Amino acid sequence: MIIKPRELWICRSTGCNSLNAKAVHDELVKQIKERRLTQIEVKKVGCMGLCQCGPSILIQPDNVYYVHLKPKHIPEIIEKHLLKDQIVQHLAYLNQETEEFIPNKENIPYYNRQRKITLKNSGTIDPENIDEYIRIGGYENIEKCLKKYKPSEVIQIIKNSRLRGRGGAGFPTGLKWELCAKEINDTKYVICNGDEGDPGAFMDDILMESDPHSVIEGMCVGGYAIGAHQGYIYIRAEYALAIKRFDIALKQARMKGFLGRNIHGSGFDFDIQLKKGAGAFVCGEETALMASIEGKRGTPRPRPPFPAQSGLWGKPTNINNVKTWATIPHILSMGADSYSKIGTEDASGTIILALTGKINNSGLVEIPMGTTIREVVFDIGGGIPHGKKFKAIQIGGPSGGCIPAEHLDTVMDYKNLTSLGAIMGSGGVIVLDEDTCMVDLAHYFITFTQRESCGKCAPCRIGTLKMLNLLTKFKNGVAKMEDIDELEHLADIVKKTSLCGLGQTAPNPVLTTIRYFRDEYEAHVNGSCPALVCKDLIRYEIIPTKCVGCQFCAKNCPVHAISGEIKQAHMIDSNLCIRCGLCVVQCPSDAIRKVGM
Amino acid sequence: MIKIADITNIEERKAIENIIRNYREDSGTVISLLQDIQGHYNYLPAYILQLLSRELKIPLSKIYSVATFYAQFSFNEKGKHIITVCDGTACHVKGGPLLYDYLINQLGIHGGETTPDKIFSIEIVRCLGCCAISPVMIVDDELYGNLNMQKISKILSKIRKEEMIQEGSK
Repeated sequence: MIIKPRELWICRSTGCNSLNAKAVHDELVKQIKERRLTQIEVKKVGCMGLCQCGPSILIQPDNVYYVHLKPKHIPEIIEKHLLKDQIVQHLAYLNQETEEFIPNKENIPYYNRQRKITLKNSGTIDPENIDEYIRIGGYENIEKCLKKYKPSEVIQIIKNSRLRGRGGAGFPTGLKWELCAKEINDTKYVICNGDEGDPGAFMDDILMESDPHSVIEGMCVGGYAIGAHQGYIYIRAEYALAIKRFDIALKQARMKGFLGRNIHGSGFDFDIQLKKGAGAFVCGEETALMASIEGKRGTPRPRPPFPAQSGLWGKPTNINNVKTWATIPHILSMGADSYSKIGTEDASGTIILALTGKINNSGLVEIPMGTTIREVVFDIGGGIPHGKKFKAIQIGGPSGGCIPAEHLDTVMDYKNLTSLGAIMGSGGVIVLDEDTCMVDLAHYFITFTQRESCGKCAPCRIGTLKMLNLLTKFKNGVAKMEDIDELEHLADIVKKTSLCGLGQTAPNPVLTTIRYFRDEYEAHVNGSCPALVCKDLIRYEIIPTKCVGCQFCAKNCPVHAISGEIKQAHMIDSNLCIRCGLCVVQCPSDAIRKVGM
Repeated sequence: MIKIADITNIEERKAIENIIRNYREDSGTVISLLQDIQGHYNYLPAYILQLLSRELKIPLSKIYSVATFYAQFSFNEKGKHIITVCDGTACHVKGGPLLYDYLINQLGIHGGETTPDKIFSIEIVRCLGCCAISPVMIVDDELYGNLNMQKISKILSKIRKEEMIQEGSK
């Protein structure tokens, strides 16, 4: 029997790891070894994007993708696929709509509508092995820059690509570099902002975990263009795997001479130091981040002076997001013109979105600028689970806003999203369905920004607290109609007068929910939560015809609010009930439901 | 006031000396210093902060100002098993708050608190970056995804059982 040589790529990113990819990986390695299949290579790779379906394996060169794997599936894959060249249908991706298994990764709708540029290497190389990155042409671009281009020419290439900062604000990257390059100073710094604090966003995390060398190479190029010899990468403390892999990547890059003194014999010195964050959302703001690198409290300061003139330790500094840095080598590889041609007039290239929430295909998505929201949610995301109705997307995290169903055909770029009251932000997209309460969501975000407000300026410190108090009144059902206007008024003040981006954008979730879902605010004033989320406005009830009287709920109710004889319909005492929902989960006969008060 | 020489536990003394060396030789900052201390003790003991303040000539007020700013640092001793609950947006819309309430109910403590027997601590973080499998939490450095009440119940009883066995073998 001839066994074809194959590579088995197993995703070992955070998402798959938490779904026990390690057990699958170990079992795979063990079985391949036991069966002495020397022509089969198992390779650990970064994120392949469809995190929802983890743990997953991609078999190359067949391009067959197996999902939702458990260790017990391994023998079947080996015996059928590797030994007999048969595809194991039932382990392939299942298209929910057509109920068809799709084994070839390229045929899965989630993938075939994407355009991978920044994420090109993610899920194809071992992030802990620099040789893999070099094999696919890694670090050739920095060499090209050092040998062929003057710093000003590198900046011109980036300008020609029309790349805009992927951290959220969308400032043209080439222009930013030029401003810093113009400053005359022996000491300059470049910083990579990996303090991805937006709840619901994980693009930077995955990118750092899956392809750290692209970020490092991008920073080298930036350092050369600007005239900096020291770089910093600031990663938030929660991203343990990203920190670990970056640390390995930096060591390997130094060993190979891509970092350090006299890179590629060009006389250019450059090194990067890793800094761990300590848990403060405001540190994503550039001036706060620099204070944090200096070891101080991470509070922002007024600009000007801009970091390009006076940044880290008072020196000219250029700071970009992880995705921006990681895109640089790819722009140099494909050419500025080709990159510039992708996208819209407003923005070139691609955006990476973290698609989550109430959506069938959740994970990391890279699409050309100018894709519509509908394509993202329904074509790539596969629509809403359990036949529920789409309500809105929330984009841009606590600084962003909600975009409702009537704007589904909006073409996504910086300008269009801003005109709808949201922002592109760093690209976190949370899909909301009919079960999401928009007042609760606004309350959630303001709770977040209020807690994360550093307290330096009054509009943000006091304004967000006032807004939170008002939103709590809505959730508790004690708000009045005039509170809606009061909330809007307050939001406007906070937006216009706060010191930094955190306060200036904090009201966006409130303003957009009022703009598009005013009726929900009005409903809360009238004592009802249409999505049945706000606890003070709902109660649980037992449907007598469905209840079998098993007493399971009564025994498990943490506050003994349920009573009833065995084999007879039970009752919930709403005054005692804390609305924890435990009974609903445990009821074997679906007899408990939420209703309005 | 305690000095390094007063620390009799050799392991602890070595750890402190290491922390000091890291700070001095590795261009340390107050943040990296505090991260090192917390890495060893799992919280920031007051006597160590006082000791290092004198040893490294950093005003205690400066250490305190940094320690209180960042969510990572804690002045209270944490439990043996740390449960980190994610309250990111995806977890929130997919029922995270109900699971948090369930934990509060089961353990009798809120976020940032430790059970009296020092077995469990609950911490809340904003987004662990694996939203695709929300709701999620971390228990003892292991990440659990697609959570529901039953799964949490299983995790808790497993830890409790282990603790009882350990207690019994003492």
